Amino acid sequence: MAKIEWPAADRTALIGGRITRIDGLEKSVGEAKYTYDINLDNQLVAVGLGCPHGHCKILALDAAPAQKVRGVVHVELLKKPDDEIQWEGELLAVVAAESEGAAREGVARLREALKFEELDVWVDDEDLEGAQGAKRTNKAGDRVKLEKEPGDDDDEDEFVEQEIERLFKESKHVVEGYYGIDAITHCCLEPHGSTVEWNGDKLNAYLSTQNVSGTDEGFAGGLGITADDVTVTCKYIGGGFGSKFAPDYWAIEAAKIAKKTGRPVQLMLDRDQELKLGGNRPSGYLKVKIGADADGVVQVWDSQHWGTSGPQGGGVSQSVVPYVYQPKNHRVVATGIRTNTAPARAWRAPNHPQACAMSQTAYDDLARKMGVDSLEIFKKNLANIASRQTAKVYADEMDIAARLIDWKAKWHPHGKGEAKGSVVEGLGMAIHEWGGVANDSAAIVRIHPDGGVSTFCGTQELGTGTRTCCAIVTAETLGLKVDDINVNIGVSTYPISGASGGSTTIGAISESHRRAATEALNQLCAKVAPKLEASADELEAVDGRIQVIGKPDHSVTWKEACTMLGMKPLEASASHKRGNATPLSSEGVGGVQMAHVAVDKETGVVKVKKFVVVQDMGLIINRLTAESQCYGAAIMGIAYALFEQRLMDPATGRFINAELSEYKLPRIGDIGEIVIELYEPEDQRSRGVIGLGEPPVISPGAAISNAVCNALGVRVPVLPITPERVVAAMQAQA
Amino acid sequence: MREVKDRPPASGFSRRDFLKGSSAVAAASLAAQEALGQEKAQAGSQVVSGWTEITLDVNGQKQKVKVEPRTTLLEVLRRQLDLTGAKPVSLDDSTGASTVLVDDRPIEASTTLAVAVVDKKIRTVESFGGPHPDPVCSAFVEYDAQQCGFCTPGFVVAVRAFLDKNPNATEEQIRQGLNGNLCRCGTYAQVIQAALDVVNSNQQ
Ligand code: FES
Repeated sequence: MAKIEWPAADRTALIGGRITRIDGLEKSVGEAKYTYDINLDNQLVAVGLGCPHGHCKILALDAAPAQKVRGVVHVELLKKPDDEIQWEGELLAVVAAESEGAAREGVARLREALKFEELDVWVDDEDLEGAQGAKRTNKAGDRVKLEKEPGDDDDEDEFVEQEIERLFKESKHVVEGYYGIDAITHCCLEPHGSTVEWNGDKLNAYLSTQNVSGTDEGFAGGLGITADDVTVTCKYIGGGFGSKFAPDYWAIEAAKIAKKTGRPVQLMLDRDQELKLGGNRPSGYLKVKIGADADGVVQVWDSQHWGTSGPQGGGVSQSVVPYVYQPKNHRVVATGIRTNTAPARAWRAPNHPQACAMSQTAYDDLARKMGVDSLEIFKKNLANIASRQTAKVYADEMDIAARLIDWKAKWHPHGKGEAKGSVVEGLGMAIHEWGGVANDSAAIVRIHPDGGVSTFCGTQELGTGTRTCCAIVTAETLGLKVDDINVNIGVSTYPISGASGGSTTIGAISESHRRAATEALNQLCAKVAPKLEASADELEAVDGRIQVIGKPDHSVTWKEACTMLGMKPLEASASHKRGNATPLSSEGVGGVQMAHVAVDKETGVVKVKKFVVVQDMGLIINRLTAESQCYGAAIMGIAYALFEQRLMDPATGRFINAELSEYKLPRIGDIGEIVIELYEPEDQRSRGVIGLGEPPVISPGAAISNAVCNALGVRVPVLPITPERVVAAMQAQA
Repeated sequence: MREVKDRPPASGFSRRDFLKGSSAVAAASLAAQEALGQEKAQAGSQVVSGWTEITLDVNGQKQKVKVEPRTTLLEVLRRQLDLTGAKPVSLDDSTGASTVLVDDRPIEASTTLAVAVVDKKIRTVESFGGPHPDPVCSAFVEYDAQQCGFCTPGFVVAVRAFLDKNPNATEEQIRQGLNGNLCRCGTYAQVIQAALDVVNSNQQ
């Protein structure tokens, strides 16, 4: 019997190679059908009316003006007079019509007739004192760890205070700093939404979701039916990034309208609604004092930070501050600010990018203050880390990154580089960690008597290349080619597979497909064994043949082998439970990134010249798409480091740049050179598959901020580092 | 608000000049007026209101479609002709996701009125497929210049139009000339590689 394990590196045909996507051409010639692309017979277009104010009470909301519009078929009111609305954009009503024009006209009529009373608004998430004055704060969490323990008679608070004071007194170098990172949005290019139809009492929902197997229940709960009456389909999704795990109330409303009108309905958020409602990442602002010994090893960290996740307060979790680097003595206090903004959603590596940007900047400022090489400080402090990766791997990765960016030759003390005109250059770095455990996943592998192979799994293609990886793992196991496998994913009636979140998918589908395919192969080998005069466990699948291990001349072709199944296809299923011990996958990765930037001191414009990503992820299934994750993460990182920010109007609570002409994201000319190095020595490869979606998006903010600081000799405290902020930081210094 | 440095509109794709200082809505309606204006100039002062049937030349086929004056080309392509490659990403034309070719020129179908493109040759990304896909599509696959793929069809059309105009484009020109298209997943690095590969195979 073939065992559940991965083949050795020199025995793989496909795994670890650069394999192009099996659905790549469908995407690039526009044939891939996304939720937004579903056209059903007689389908209505629905558009929502968003609340125009950040905090208000509805006085009048009347369907009639929209109902009079030619082409409008149905108006669904979601709110009623006296309802209080807590953030701008919240949907108040939905208009379903024969055409987009009619639906939009209907919405415009509703808006004209809408009356509301403005209530007090709070959207400032950086002004802690102001928020305290406005009674908008709540305690979000704290954490104290000291090497010394209080004596039995000590008052604990007093002891902590005195001990921290003592540690700072003993410190050779003390740095105080302020760092921050504004709220951003997920900004999926395909907005949240659904296309739904009823077949009698059964709901067919095309949903833009990263949770195909887990959203049928959301629909059922919202509609008073049972989950077995719901089929969710998502073959392609135009971005999720952590914001598309649930149907959301607007998909439920679409289903209600479809029921009432007896027609299929498509309801996708408009662009501004997508930015306002479709998900945002909490902001974070941090004041810190750190104390280091003569060597620059940080011995004490004392910080307080604040920010917002929306109306509940929240902000960045204190559990990951300070980030990766964790001195033996630290005190962290977090405060949430309740704002009139839509609730935050998980954004790629929740909490980590902000925590990294707010704490590894302080370590770089220590290097600046000491006048020493930042890389040395980052290396020395590996003595004290809290990470799921080892200090040794980080040190290795730092050496690789330093070589790729030419750190030794290019580094100069902060602010001491040679200026070319008004342009100065600098280097910066940061490190990160993540889990990436394999999620639950089940799969079916079917081998047909004609040699065809199909797989079924309720996972989803989030853009990461999951469909292709299902084919790679199955083909590798069966000794076939990637194109030989007919992969079926993206439907909730397939075997259950976990949501794609937290870098859990590649491990999940590798587990389920390797296991199911191995089981199928074992069954097939049992049929073929007599013909090859061997026992089933003496057989292997290689290169389109089933053969006696190591003996190609004792073999049958795959097709021949499959004919031995007789009339019936063979089917095997297998599953993996998250957390089960397994040789196929594990968790815990690190990663090091370095940035080389050029800053124009006159205009404040920052350009990334080169960005280096060194990333470990256990065993690589597909090198090509693994690199794409890193490229994409670096570019999303450049986006939040230099470009994107949610801008709120304090008077009305309106999100004033909620269109893509105003919500700045980098374009192709803004990214510089990006270099990806996947770190996969045997001691990492042998750990099995570990997820990669989140980790590389964590470090760019800190790395770029540190590079800008190295160039200017001045810290630009808050991300994104816009030209105004560069100029303001320079002026504050002067 | 951060001001992005202007880039030379090498390909005519850079819509930033046009958008600068105007709100999204104003930009969209300006584009609509501009499109209407062109239509008027060419077809004489014809007044259109309510639903009318027009014929569009899409991917070499004459297609009868029903439109109102306000109906965009994008809505017609996607909802009546089921050509859903061009994507609705924003109401303004700031992302390039709905790029199609009209008389070989790249335009945004999201801000072009259907009535403005009667008698013009419209080419959508779907015409790049078939048994012999356009080399740009193949290069996008080869270099993995796509993740979720939602921006990809618009990018493919933009790259094709850009390379038709600049068959010997350098890496620098590619970085300067394709700033009209937005990708959230971050595929730019591989789009550059793919475009360069198409240039190189042309030159061989
Ligand atoms: S590939 Fe997802 S937006 Fe470009």
